[in-house]
Amino acid sequence: MAMVLDRSHRGRIILTHVALIALLALTLFPFLMVLSISLRPGNFAAGSLIPDTISLEHWKLALGFPIVDATGRVVQPPFPVLHWLWNSIKIALMSATVILLLSTTSAYAFARLRFRGRDFGLNALFLMQMFPAVLSLIAIYAVFDQIGSYIPWLGLDSHGSLVLAYAGGIALHIWTIKGYYETIPVEIEEAARVDGASHFQTFAYVLLPMAVPILIVVFLLAFIGAIIEYPVASVLLHQEQNLTLAVGSKLYLYTQNYLWGDFAAAAILSGLPITLVFVFAQRWMVSGLTSGGVKG
Amino acid sequence: MLRNKTQWFLRAAGVSMLALGFWLVWLVSRAGHPWMALAGVVALGASGWVFVSPRAYAWRYLYPGVAAVLIFVVFPALYTVGIGFTNYSSSHLLSYERATAYLLDQTYSTGSAPLALQVYHDGGRFRLQLSDDSGKLWGTEALALNTGETRTLLLQPTAAASGAPASLRELIALQASLKTLVLRRPDSPVLYRQTGLREFSEASPLFSRRSDGTLHNNQTGESVRPDFVQGVYRGANGEAMEPGFSVNVGWDNFKALFTHPEFQAPLWRIFVWTVLFAALSVLFTFCLGFVLATLLSWEALRGRTLYRVLLFMPYAVPGFISILIFRGLFNENFGEINMVLHSMFGLRPSWFSDPLLAKIMLLMVNTWLGYPYMMLLCMGLIKAIPSDLYEVAAIHGAGAWTKLTRITLPLIMKPVMPLLLASFAFNFNNFVLISLLTDGRPDFTDSLVPAGTTDILVSYTYRVAFQDSGQNFGLAAAISTVIFLLVAILSLINLRLTRVNASAAR
Repeated sequence: MAMVLDRSHRGRIILTHVALIALLALTLFPFLMVLSISLRPGNFAAGSLIPDTISLEHWKLALGFPIVDATGRVVQPPFPVLHWLWNSIKIALMSATVILLLSTTSAYAFARLRFRGRDFGLNALFLMQMFPAVLSLIAIYAVFDQIGSYIPWLGLDSHGSLVLAYAGGIALHIWTIKGYYETIPVEIEEAARVDGASHFQTFAYVLLPMAVPILIVVFLLAFIGAIIEYPVASVLLHQEQNLTLAVGSKLYLYTQNYLWGDFAAAAILSGLPITLVFVFAQRWMVSGLTSGGVKG
Repeated sequence: MLRNKTQWFLRAAGVSMLALGFWLVWLVSRAGHPWMALAGVVALGASGWVFVSPRAYAWRYLYPGVAAVLIFVVFPALYTVGIGFTNYSSSHLLSYERATAYLLDQTYSTGSAPLALQVYHDGGRFRLQLSDDSGKLWGTEALALNTGETRTLLLQPTAAASGAPASLRELIALQASLKTLVLRRPDSPVLYRQTGLREFSEASPLFSRRSDGTLHNNQTGESVRPDFVQGVYRGANGEAMEPGFSVNVGWDNFKALFTHPEFQAPLWRIFVWTVLFAALSVLFTFCLGFVLATLLSWEALRGRTLYRVLLFMPYAVPGFISILIFRGLFNENFGEINMVLHSMFGLRPSWFSDPLLAKIMLLMVNTWLGYPYMMLLCMGLIKAIPSDLYEVAAIHGAGAWTKLTRITLPLIMKPVMPLLLASFAFNFNNFVLISLLTDGRPDFTDSLVPAGTTDILVSYTYRVAFQDSGQNFGLAAAISTVIFLLVAILSLINLRLTRVNASAAR
């Protein structure tokens, strides 16, 4: 682009770099600190920001191995972090599957079929994301409390209840999938219809195979959404063995039992894989969000 | 061939779903909820119609999603509003039926002598033999002692059984099912229940139900009547009995919230902070995100991709982890932030015990968490602005500031408004941040009900419902209802803005 440059151009660029690097230092400070803390012996801040001696004790505890401390005492891992991670992954896999099954066909109807109430339905789904589940916590608690007295594996403190509670969070995913369906030319399906395929067959054998990429992305987004969900899980789960990572992590930082170093190692261990999955999936999410918001 | 196969499969799936549904309805009706069972039948009928009638074709595809939204989003929301009109709380936890059943299960003893128990094997079954002090014996039939249901058995006079009685260890193993037995002697109406390992004592029901709904106390002879205004059973002198049951209390919770000074004062302050918190969060994140987006859209700047990726990091890390990291870093005694501040300026701000500092901390952390989203949005929108606008401006001698304020901002504001409003709504209900960082603390010192200076409406609701001893679900649901209304207003404005934008774009 041919710009008209003034004399201070170079200076401005350098200034911008300096400002951006300063901001980056602030932004990344927590992450670097956590890495340093996870390698620092002991659970209390001592001396310097960069550890003088590297110790792997927190990492061993996070991975579930007992350690022997300086006085010769055996320290057991404070919390079953890997078990919590497994709980989170299990619940997230199940709820992502359920969410994908529930939203795929609805998105097809919104993208391809004409029916009364279509615009209303789309608007309703769009508005629904402004009412988070945290507002209905009391009802969710009461309902699962009652279900539990008849079906224990769907009651309070069960993973089934959490999967069920997450199944409603499909509004945004329907929008995302619908947006992708609309980018696929409808002529391919029409050709299949001309050749005698039924509505359902064009959907299942023509459209769905072409939509696999977005289905994977929605699955990943739903997966992450379930992993990082805190309010509903904190109300429904109680026993330490049953907790998800999001609920359990808080236990590290209680005033009475402050395990800062152990938390740091556990946070990196569990946060890193989730972050990588998110970085992979987020590009589609943001484009889905903005296009969803503007198209109507 | 393919067509037949899929159709056959779909039909089989539909029929089995219907069968599953009817089984569930049967379970629900057996559990004593006839109205819910009826609703289930209606829902099943409607589902069947959707999948058979050609007129409802589109609904076959919509069905799973719509059903999920109705059951898991709309129903809990409406149910929450419903609870707002009841006194459902830890002291009124049960339904009227359950509370009544609980009282009817209570027993008392008139103090007559207990019966001693011996258990004898009889094939795979067991025979119970009971004796009183005078040595009189009663026995039962051979019983299977592995069922869980409560049974009332009539004892028969019997002769002493032969063989060795079951050992103590076996008795302990049988304990659970012995506990479910109620025994009655043929000569008296008194009921016996197991009270010790080898002992059955007289345990008469404390209450018997009269046809008018009152309960007759068999021990004292007084009547206990249900009070449907307060949701408790009351004795003759009006004293309330445990457990209470939940009843409809109309607008009482809302009246308490808005007129009772005990609740009204903290609620108003929390509301003001909620609005302030959400508005400032949107303002700060948008400003920072917008500035960064303009900088990163500057083509003369090198390494933009690297900057973008690194600046995006706070958004990529799961919120619960980064918020807890900040909780540790800001810790007043052991936190690294105070360590740095102390070594540089000699300061040790009390981030968690000073209300103002706690609020500042929340806003800083929320800005950190939220600016990357705003940055991405703004970058996308800035990219869409035609570059010749900037060239024309440059030719006319406009500086960077003029271009920013006269071209970029005006063109961005319109499409970004609904998203800012959505962000406001999100932060209005940003429970995770408050709960994980401060828990709403520090608390107001001058408030009668526990309430925090950094509590926002949702976290206050959570506190009323789940944390403080009262577990006042009804009141909390009433607050939730108020939040529903506020968010509904926000979303209607948002819809209007989105529509205006959409029609302008066409």
